[in-house]
Amino acid sequence: MSQINRITGGLVDRSRTMNFTFNGKSMQGYAGDTLASALLANGQVLVGRSFKYHRPRGILTDGSEEPNALVELRSGAAQEPNTRATVTELFDGLTAASQNHRGSLENDFMAITDLASPFLSAGFYYKTFMWPAAFWEKVYEPIIRKSAGLGRLSMQEDPDTYDKGFLHCDLLVIGAGPAGLSAALAAARSGARVILADEDFAPGGRLNSETYAVDGMSGTDWATQAVAELTSMDNVRLMTRTTVYGAYDHGIYGALERCTDHLPGAGGKPRQVLWRIYSKRAVLAAGATERPIAFGNNDRPGIMLASAVRTYVNRFGVAPGKRVAVLTNNDDGWRTAHDLVAKGIAVTAVIDTRNGPAPLEVAGARHIRGAGVVDTAGRRALSRITLTDGQMIDTDCLAVSGGWNPAVHLTCHQQGRPVWNEQISAFVPGNILPAGMVVAGAANGALSLGAALTAGRDAANAQLSDLGFTAPDTAAPTAEDEGFSCEPKWHIPSGKKRAWVDFQNDVTVKDIRLSHREGFKSVEHLKRYTTTGMATDQGKTSNMSALAIMSECTGKSIPETGTTIFRPPYTPVPIGALAGRSRGKDFRPYRLTPSHEWATRHGATFVEVGNWLRAQWFVKGNENGWRDSVDREVLNTRNSVGICDVTTLGKIDIQGKDAAEFLNKVYANAFAKLAVGRVRYGIMLREDGICYDDGTTARMSENHFVMTTTTANAVLVFRRMEFARQCLFPEMDVHLISTTDAWAQFAVAGPNARKLLSKIVDADSQDMSNEAFPFMACGEVTVCGGTPGRLFRISFSGELAYEIAVPARYGNSLIEALMKAGEEFGACPYGTEALGVMRIEKGHAAGNELDGRTTAHMLGMGGMVSKKKDSIGKILSQRPDMNRDDAERLVGFRPVDRSQKLIAGSHFLTKGDEATMANDQGWMTSVAWSPSLNHSVGLGFIKSGHTRMGEIVRAVSPVHNTEMDVEIVSAHFIDPEGERLRA
Amino acid sequence: MIINHPLLGPRDVAEFIYLGDACLIDRPDWEADDAAEAFHEYGYLRDNIAGPMQELWYHEQGDRSWLVVTRDTLTHEITNVEMARDVARARGRSK
Amino acid sequence: MHYSALRILKEGLTGNKGWKPVWREPEPKAEYDVIIIGGGGHGLATAYYLAKEYGITNVAVLEKSWIGSGNVGRNTTIIRSNYLLPGNEPFYELSLKLWEGLEQDFNYNAMVSQRSILNLLHSDAQRDAFIRRGNAMFLAGADAEFATADQLRAELPFLDFDNARFPIKGGLFQRRGGTVRHDAVAWGYARGADRRGVDIIQNCEVTGFDIENGVCRGVQTSRGPIRARKVAMCVAGSSGRVAAMAGLRLPIESHVLQAFVTEGLKPVIPGVITFGAGHFYVSQSDKGGLVFGGDLDGYNSYASRGNLPVVEDVAEGGMAIMPIIGRARLLRSWGGIMDMSMDGSPYIDKTSVGGLYFNGGWCYGGFKATPGSGLCYAHLIAKDTYHPVATELRLDRFRRGHMIDEKGQGNQPNLH
Repeated sequence: MSQINRITGGLVDRSRTMNFTFNGKSMQGYAGDTLASALLANGQVLVGRSFKYHRPRGILTDGSEEPNALVELRSGAAQEPNTRATVTELFDGLTAASQNHRGSLENDFMAITDLASPFLSAGFYYKTFMWPAAFWEKVYEPIIRKSAGLGRLSMQEDPDTYDKGFLHCDLLVIGAGPAGLSAALAAARSGARVILADEDFAPGGRLNSETYAVDGMSGTDWATQAVAELTSMDNVRLMTRTTVYGAYDHGIYGALERCTDHLPGAGGKPRQVLWRIYSKRAVLAAGATERPIAFGNNDRPGIMLASAVRTYVNRFGVAPGKRVAVLTNNDDGWRTAHDLVAKGIAVTAVIDTRNGPAPLEVAGARHIRGAGVVDTAGRRALSRITLTDGQMIDTDCLAVSGGWNPAVHLTCHQQGRPVWNEQISAFVPGNILPAGMVVAGAANGALSLGAALTAGRDAANAQLSDLGFTAPDTAAPTAEDEGFSCEPKWHIPSGKKRAWVDFQNDVTVKDIRLSHREGFKSVEHLKRYTTTGMATDQGKTSNMSALAIMSECTGKSIPETGTTIFRPPYTPVPIGALAGRSRGKDFRPYRLTPSHEWATRHGATFVEVGNWLRAQWFVKGNENGWRDSVDREVLNTRNSVGICDVTTLGKIDIQGKDAAEFLNKVYANAFAKLAVGRVRYGIMLREDGICYDDGTTARMSENHFVMTTTTANAVLVFRRMEFARQCLFPEMDVHLISTTDAWAQFAVAGPNARKLLSKIVDADSQDMSNEAFPFMACGEVTVCGGTPGRLFRISFSGELAYEIAVPARYGNSLIEALMKAGEEFGACPYGTEALGVMRIEKGHAAGNELDGRTTAHMLGMGGMVSKKKDSIGKILSQRPDMNRDDAERLVGFRPVDRSQKLIAGSHFLTKGDEATMANDQGWMTSVAWSPSLNHSVGLGFIKSGHTRMGEIVRAVSPVHNTEMDVEIVSAHFIDPEGERLRA
Repeated sequence: MIINHPLLGPRDVAEFIYLGDACLIDRPDWEADDAAEAFHEYGYLRDNIAGPMQELWYHEQGDRSWLVVTRDTLTHEITNVEMARDVARARGRSK
Repeated sequence: MHYSALRILKEGLTGNKGWKPVWREPEPKAEYDVIIIGGGGHGLATAYYLAKEYGITNVAVLEKSWIGSGNVGRNTTIIRSNYLLPGNEPFYELSLKLWEGLEQDFNYNAMVSQRSILNLLHSDAQRDAFIRRGNAMFLAGADAEFATADQLRAELPFLDFDNARFPIKGGLFQRRGGTVRHDAVAWGYARGADRRGVDIIQNCEVTGFDIENGVCRGVQTSRGPIRARKVAMCVAGSSGRVAAMAGLRLPIESHVLQAFVTEGLKPVIPGVITFGAGHFYVSQSDKGGLVFGGDLDGYNSYASRGNLPVVEDVAEGGMAIMPIIGRARLLRSWGGIMDMSMDGSPYIDKTSVGGLYFNGGWCYGGFKATPGSGLCYAHLIAKDTYHPVATELRLDRFRRGHMIDEKGQGNQPNLH
C-alpha cells in the first residue's frame, strides 16, 4: 500500500520521499506533507481514540485546532505526547503512535465505556463513587486516573535543549495569511522594523489551501512572491514555524519558534526558541477557524471540516475520500465540492441546511437544500450518512462547514471580550484590545479574500503612521471579494443519537442540555460541568457551538448568554521551552568565593548557600566522614588557628557627612558615637519591629563606615538601606555602595591568630598588639608588602580573631599567603560547618534563630533597641505582644544523658505535660556536636528561658518518634566571660 | 511590563523589585503622641487601590533607584514614572 | 434529590431527563437574618454551615457573577494542614478533617483525594525548619513524615537527584494532604446550602452598605436593597473594594497569582510536590493535566492575569526538580486576584461596624481552608464568639504585635 489517496497537484515535493511509521506500520509521504496529510494519503483514516468513550476518531482539521488526531511522536526520551498530526511536519524516519487506548487502536478494550455512556453523562462522577467512603481513593480514583489522561511522557529527562531570546520591532504581524502578508508588505515598504510570524512552515495561510487568484496569479504564487520580497528586506524578520502564543502587557508577546521539530533530530541545536517580542504595535491577522455542525454520530473517522478537505486536496494533493459528501450552512461548503470535482474526486451530495438556490453547480453531485445529516454509520470509518428525511447516502468522507470563528484568542489575553457579529454569526474582537494591537482580516470577521488583503494593508498603514512612518501609496492586492454569509446551524436534531460538540472530551448536545437542566447555565458553569473546551484544543472547534446550544436551551440570544474568551497560550507550549537553559546545574548561576579554586585543590566539600558555593569542610588525610573533618577544624581553631573564607557576608560601604546619623536610623542600637577605628555589633529591625539581620559596622574614618551583613540578607539589607536613603531620608548626605564582590575577606581565628597575621600585615601599617589593636578595632592596613587591605578584630567563633580583607583579585593570593604563614602554627582552613559549630558553642544567633519572627526581646537584646533615637522598626517593636514576659527566649540546651544527640526542630515540653500545641514551650533552633565539650549542644527558644536555667525539660521530635530530657543552660557554652576574644 | 525609567529609559520589569503603595514614603513621626497608632496604620493598613496607583519599584538590576510608578492596577497601564527621592522631597521628607 | 450510583442508573435508563437543578434561582427577599456577600467557596461553605450546624437558614448568598467564579474556580486544588504556628495549625487541621468527611456530609463527590503533599528541602537550615514544622503538626494532632533523600529517591525516582543545582536533601510529607476537584466544592456547598433553605442569588452585585448609627442593617445591590440582621463579607480579592464601601481600610493588598495546567497525560506524579529552592509546586489532576504554580507576580493587581517572567520562573523551577516534564506542554494559564494579608495569615473577625463581619486575607492558601473557614465564620456570625481554632485570626493582631507570620517576611504582602 503506498499513498493510495495521493492525487495530483499540491505543494508537496514529490522528488523527496519521506519514510515514516504509524503504529509500527511503514508508510511514505513527501516533503511538504504534514503527518496528517501523509496518513490520509496512505488511507489511514482511524488515528486516535477519544478521551472518555474511546470512540474511534479520524482527522477533523488541518491545523493547530485539531481535537482528534493526537499522537505520541518519536520514541525513547524524545517521545512527545499529544502531538497534533495536523501541524507535525513530516520528516524522514518519523515514528508516531496513536494514544489513549488499551489494546490496539483498532480494537480498544476501553471502548466498552461507550456502551455505558447513558450512565456517564456530564458530571456523573460528582453524584457517585461516595460509598463506601474509602473506595474513592482506593478503588474508583485509581481506575479513573489510569483511564484518563491522553499520551504518555517518556518519564526520562527531556534530551533536547531550548533557547530564549528577545526581539524588538516597530510592528509585529501575527499570521502570514493574506491579511498578514499584506500588512507586512505595507509596513516593510515604509521602512519600519517588521516581524512577521506564522505557526505554519509555509507562509500563505489559506492562500495555500484555496484556489483563489490574487493580482491575477494563483494565491500560492502571490504568497511566494510576497515572501520573496519580504525576505529580501533587511528590516523584516520572517519567522515561520513560530507561534505567537500570548499577548502580555505593554506590547510584549510570547512566541515559540520550532527550530528542529521538522528534522529527524535536533543535531545539538536548540529544539525550540522562546522569544519575547517587544513590539511598538501589532497587527493580529490570525485568520479564522471553521466550526463543525453537531448531528447524530458526527464524530466518525472520515467526517472532516470542509476547509480541511480543501487543504488536503489543494495544498497536499491528497484525497480525503473517494466518494465525498458535503454538509454546509454557507457557501464555503460548495467551494469544497467544487474543488473536489476539479480534482476528479466524486462528490455524492451537497447537503445545505439553507433553502434557496444552489450558489454553484457541482457536477455529478446531488444538491439537497433545507436538509441535514442526522446519523452516520461505519465502525472505524464513515461508510454512510442518513439525512433528515431518512434517505441514506454511501460516502467515505463528509465535509462539514458550520461557518467560521475568527481567531480572537490573542485579543482576549488582556480582558478583551469578543462581541457578537450577526452577519457572520460569530464572535469578533471587542473594543478592548491589548494596547497597540489592531486586528485585520478573518480574525476581525472580514471573511473574504479581497477584504482581508485590504484590511491587512490598511491596518499596517494606520499603525505605522501613528509611529511616524510614511507608507508608500500602493494599492492593495486585488482578489475575489464576495461577502460571506452563513445561516447559523449549530446542531441538527438527531433523535436519540448523540451529537458531539467537543470531540476530544466527548461532550455531546445532550450533555449541554443536562447542564442546563441542572442549573449550570452560565458559560463558565457549562464549561466546567461538562468539560467543554477544556481539552488540548481549548475549545477552538467547540466553545462557540456549546454556547449557542446553551442559548437555545435558555431561550436567550447568544450575546445575552455569554461570550467565549481564551487565555494564553494560543497553542500549548512545552515546559522545557519556557524553562530554556535554566535547568540542571544551570538552574541558577553559581557565585564562587575568591578562595574557591584553592579550596577545590585542598579537599573542600562545597555547599550551596543561596547562589554561593562555600567550602563546608576540608577533608584531610584519611578522615572518615565529615564529622572527623569538622571536629578537627574546630579543635584546631580553638587550640591554634583556623582560616575561613567569609567573603560571602554582605559588605556595604557607607560614606557621607550624614553616614553616622544614617546608621543610627537603620540600626536599632546607637552608632553615631562609634569612634573612628572601632567596630560595633548592630541589630537591624524591619519596620514591623522584627529583628531580621545583624552584623558589624566599622568606622574607618569620620564619614566612612563599612558594614557587614549576613550572607543571606546581603541584597535585602542593601535594598532596604537604599529605600531609607532615597525615600525616607532624602536629604541626608550619605551614599551606599555594595562591595560584597569587591573584597575578599577571611576570618583568622584562634589563639595563634595574632601571630599568624603579624606575618601578613605589614608592620609599618599596623601595630598588632592587643593594646594598639584591641577587640573590636579596625583599620586600613597593607599586607604582604604593600597590598591594601582592611583589618577588623571581630570574632564569630569566640576566639581571638580577625577578619582581613583585600581587593577580591588578591583573594587567592591571600589565602595562599595565610596558609603559608600559618604552617608553623598548624593552621587549617575551616568550612561553614566548623563555623556553625563554633558559633553555636559561643551562643551567637544566626539564620536559624533569625527566621523573620524573632524580636530583639527574644534574643535577650531588647535593651539594645535605643529609646533615645528614631530607628527603623523601633516604634512597632514596642507593641505589647512582642514584649511579653513569657515570650520565648534564646538559651542553650544540653542533653541530660550527654551521649544523646540533640535534634534541631525538637519542641520543648515541661516535664509531665501532654504533647499538645497548647503545651508547646518552644523549639530547638540549632544543634551541633561540640568537640570542645564532647557532647551535643543546642540553642533554642523557650518560654521565659532566661529564668529557667537548670530546669530539665522534654525535647520531643515526633517526626523521629523520639524524645529526650534536656537541661536549660546559658547559650554561651565556651568562654562565657569572653576572655579569649579579648586576649 | 516595561517601566520607563526617568534616567535610563524603558526597562523590562524583570529588572525591578516591587515594594508596594507609595504611601510607604510617608513614614510617621516617631515622637508624635499617636506614634504607635500612626505606625500601625503605616505598617499595616492599605488603600489597596483598584485603578491608578502610585507605587514603589526598585531598579535592583540597574541603577538602584527607587521609583514611584503610577500604574493602573486594573489594566497595568503605566502613566507616570518619577524618581522616588524627588517625590519624597516634594512630600516634605528631609533627614 | 439524593445522589447515588442507583440514581445514576435509574436516570441513565430514562434518558437522564429526571435530573433537577442543583440549586434554585430565587428572587431576593426583602430581608434575611444573614447576608453573605460573595458566592465563592468560603461564602457558600459559610452558608452551608450556618444552616447545618447553627440552624440559621434565612440566609442569602449574594454573588455578583456566577457562583464559584472567584478563586475556588481557579486554583491549584491543594489541601493540606502543614502549618507551623499555633494561630494557624489547629485551624487548618480542622479544615483538613472536614475535607475528609465532606463528600458524605454534603452528598456530592468533590473528589477529595489524599494523595499526599511533599515539601522538598535543599539545605540543612531548611531541614531544621521542616522538622520543627512537622513536630508542630504532630502537636496539633496532624500527621507529618520526614523523608531522607534516599527514601525519596526510592519513592519518586523521576525527581532530579543527580544533577540538581540545589540537591534534594529530603522532604516533609503530609500524607493526608492532597487535592480536591475545586469547582465541585463550590457546587457541593451550594447544593447543600440550597437544600437547607439558603437563597443563592447569582448576578447580584453589592453596591453599598446601609449603615445606621454604626450598625449595618443591610446592603444595596444591583437587584435592589436587601435588609439583614447581619452582613458577612467573604469576597477574597475584592475585599478592599467591598470594605471601602463600608468605610473600612484593611490590612490587605490584592495581588495576581498565576497558575498553569498542561495537556492531559497518563499518570506522571502521585501526589503534590513542592520545590524548596525555587517557585514551583505541582500535582496531577484526575483528568491527567499537571496542575502547577509558583510565586505571585509581585505587584498589586486586579487584572486577573500575569506576565511572562513568572511563567518562565515557574517553568524553570519545574525543570529544576523534574526534568521529565520538558515535553509536557503548558495548555492554559490563568491569574487570580489574591487577598494578600500583611502576615500571610487570614482574618475571620467582626469589624468596627456593628453587624458587619469580615472574612478574607487568605493569600493564595484559601482553597484548602474552605471548610474550616466556612465553619469558623458561621460560628462567629451565629454566636458572636470566635471558634476555638480561630481565636487568633483577628484584624487587631497587628495593633497588638501578634503576627502569625509563617514565612517570616513581615508586613510585606507580596512576600507571603
